[in-house]
Amino acid sequence: MTETPAVTCHTLSKSFGPVRAVESVSFRLERGEFLALLGPSGCGKTTVLRMIAGLEQPDSGTISLAGQVVSDGHAFVPPDRRRVGLVFQDYALFPHMTVAENIAYGMARGRDRHGRMAELLALVGLDEYGGRYPRELSGGQQQRVALARALAPQPDVILLDEPFSNLDVALRTQVREDVQRIIHMAGVSAVLVTHDQDEAMSMADCIAVMFAGRIHQIGTPRALYEAPVSRQVAQFLGDANLIPGTARERVAETALGDLPLRTPADGAVEVLVRPEALILGDIPDGALATVQRTIYHGAHQIVWLVLADGTPLKAFAPADVEWQAGQQVRVTVRGAALAYPA
Amino acid sequence: MIRTLPRPSATSRLLLAITIPLALALLFPTVYLALRAAQVPLDDAADYLTRAGTLRVIGRSLLLVGAVSLASAAIGIPAAWLTARTDLRGRRVWTIALTVPLVIPSYVSALALVSAIGQRGFLQGWLAPLGVERLPSIYGFWGAWLSITLLAYPYVFLSARAGLKGLDPSLEEASRTLGRSAWETFRRVTMPQLAPSIMAGVLLVALYTLSDFGAVAIMQYNVFTRAIYLRLSLDLETAALLSMVLVALSVAILALANRIEQRGSTYYAQRSARAHQRIALGRWQLAAQAFLALIALLSLIAPLGVLSYWLINGLQHGETLADVIIPLQRSIRAAALAALASGVLALPFVLLQVRFPSRISQGLARAAYLGYALPGVVIALAFVFAGARALGALRDWFGMTDYRSLGLLVAAYVVRFIPQALGPARAGLLQVNPHLEESALTLGRNRTRVFASITLPLMRPGLVAGVAMVFLTAMKELPVTLLLAPSGYTTLATRIWSASSEAFYARAAAPALVLVLISALSLVYILDSDD
Repeated sequence: MTETPAVTCHTLSKSFGPVRAVESVSFRLERGEFLALLGPSGCGKTTVLRMIAGLEQPDSGTISLAGQVVSDGHAFVPPDRRRVGLVFQDYALFPHMTVAENIAYGMARGRDRHGRMAELLALVGLDEYGGRYPRELSGGQQQRVALARALAPQPDVILLDEPFSNLDVALRTQVREDVQRIIHMAGVSAVLVTHDQDEAMSMADCIAVMFAGRIHQIGTPRALYEAPVSRQVAQFLGDANLIPGTARERVAETALGDLPLRTPADGAVEVLVRPEALILGDIPDGALATVQRTIYHGAHQIVWLVLADGTPLKAFAPADVEWQAGQQVRVTVRGAALAYPA
Repeated sequence: MIRTLPRPSATSRLLLAITIPLALALLFPTVYLALRAAQVPLDDAADYLTRAGTLRVIGRSLLLVGAVSLASAAIGIPAAWLTARTDLRGRRVWTIALTVPLVIPSYVSALALVSAIGQRGFLQGWLAPLGVERLPSIYGFWGAWLSITLLAYPYVFLSARAGLKGLDPSLEEASRTLGRSAWETFRRVTMPQLAPSIMAGVLLVALYTLSDFGAVAIMQYNVFTRAIYLRLSLDLETAALLSMVLVALSVAILALANRIEQRGSTYYAQRSARAHQRIALGRWQLAAQAFLALIALLSLIAPLGVLSYWLINGLQHGETLADVIIPLQRSIRAAALAALASGVLALPFVLLQVRFPSRISQGLARAAYLGYALPGVVIALAFVFAGARALGALRDWFGMTDYRSLGLLVAAYVVRFIPQALGPARAGLLQVNPHLEESALTLGRNRTRVFASITLPLMRPGLVAGVAMVFLTAMKELPVTLLLAPSGYTTLATRIWSASSEAFYARAAAPALVLVLISALSLVYILDSDD
């Protein structure tokens, strides 16, 4: 028997005046899965989240939560009856309530509220802070209160709207791990909205990449990185060298030499070469390139090169060899590459 | 936050040398009245204050304050919600229409009411042929209540509206996603956040009502201000005693407002860029329009209509608009002098308070803010009292036969209205990053030139708004003008007053309309500079 998905969005669209914020977005979120909606700011990802929460009404399309239609042409279930938790970018903690009052706000009346409160405070590591007011907490602590508050009514799905953007970079990695652990322990499904590819890749089981209101690709972080469907996706996830060339069947003729292709193509193309796929050294059949500059990173180094025809390249190379600016070096590509029609 | 400065710089010493005598001068009326009141033997004072007549005055004052505050909240809060949060049609127009009554002086509002439905009003004249012998009397509590409410509710409207707009929309959304209904969200999240704004507006209304003289005088409702005014010619000592009770009440209201403001300000931690979603009124749209139309009709259109009726009536019976010109010039001259003086004198206070915060500078600022708690009648009383005392010396030394003068009038205006210049000027200076001044100093400019080239231009919008505010309120001022303007120095306010107290409504209409027009223009200017 197949379980019903936690969230199903089918051809969602939404316009604000003349601006088409979301266009025909569809995806499924399985139970217990962690999905990231990744895209540049203004791509419509937050609008998708707000439509799932019931804070915006889609112009068309269907949203189902745990198999129940909550929004389509006829029905619209208000946010308070969707069993969806939302963690806001600015946390939106009620300033006139203590931490405990904030967390208790959404809990059902009656049942073991004290026990549940203690459990939640412990889960987010704020056992001692129940009586404090939000303004007395650090950003990271406020973040965890917001998460505990969203989890308190035991939602089926938790939605996170750029939850780490207000935190110091130094704090972010730690808080990310905490949040991921807490959500995993709570056993809920989650949708994370972010513009940070590191965040999406490190937290999510599955990433949906959005540009200009549309989802361009959905897949695991590995699938997206290794087989992006377009140049745009390739460039948004990680670093990408896009090298112009001419393809015939499974080979592309480029300034880097003849590169084997994973899928056959014909005519003018751009070939995706990730920086870590470039091999630098004294390789007999490699293309000749000139080192422009290097940045040493300890474990590896970044080397900027330029090919004889002027094509720039970025390479991640082992740190053991020290390259000098102006030095000539030979370059080859490891493995088969992807080509996009130019 | 109060920090003490590590070292007293030459600048702060200079500012202290200017502000300390100024603060003492601003405190003078209060201190003088207190001293005079203290001269009444304690037994006599207790006897007078517990006399039935005095207790009735206190009771009436509190009743009026309570009733006007309640009514203003009942009008202001729904109006704020409708214009700030719903898809009400014509929101901008309604917002302006509901704000403009602020510029109508209370005696004009009362005059409009009396001249329409009073004993000698036109309604009586129209109804007489229909057999209506006498309309129910408008004088007393109901008249005072209605005329003050109709021009004071904008205080609640504006501050509740600002509160609603300032609220982070994600708080309400968070409540909805946590499973709470719209009504529960309003009750448990919106209202507690909004309460400080509403209370601040209500307290402004209370303060306004307590200090108002014009409306209660025309409506002959004997509250503090009118009682003090009536006692002026009888017995200055008991008038001083009553004034002290009135000032104590005002200070209590102000202190409460201050506490609420400080507590409230901690709430608005962050502001979201996103706007609130507007609530669709649906079939309530018509009811909402009708409600706001009724308020605008009563508070704006009716008074202006009544005044226009009397203006035309007067012009047909030989009144001329030329009679308004001299009072208008005088009003503008006195108000402009007071506004400029307030702006200039506010500067040292604000600089000291913001740039050199300490217990002393806070205390000095508080002395300057005292004017908020001093009803015009009380300030006028202090100056009349002191002027009468000093008249002997004035006559001997300067040959003056009257202590009343333009200078004294402007001085009293400054005491009363300088707080209105201080607030915006302070806000303006707070927006000037001290690093800008410091970088100018490191670029080789001295303090004076830095002030002239950096600080003053940057804080100018706030300063100008404050000066415009003082001009607007000084134009409308009645009791101080009545008691301290030189003999024969008729302003718009005193002309309206004398004409309406003799029921020459046709003669009062032109100056009243001119006054409202000028006030409205300066309000538009202030609101514009706000953005």
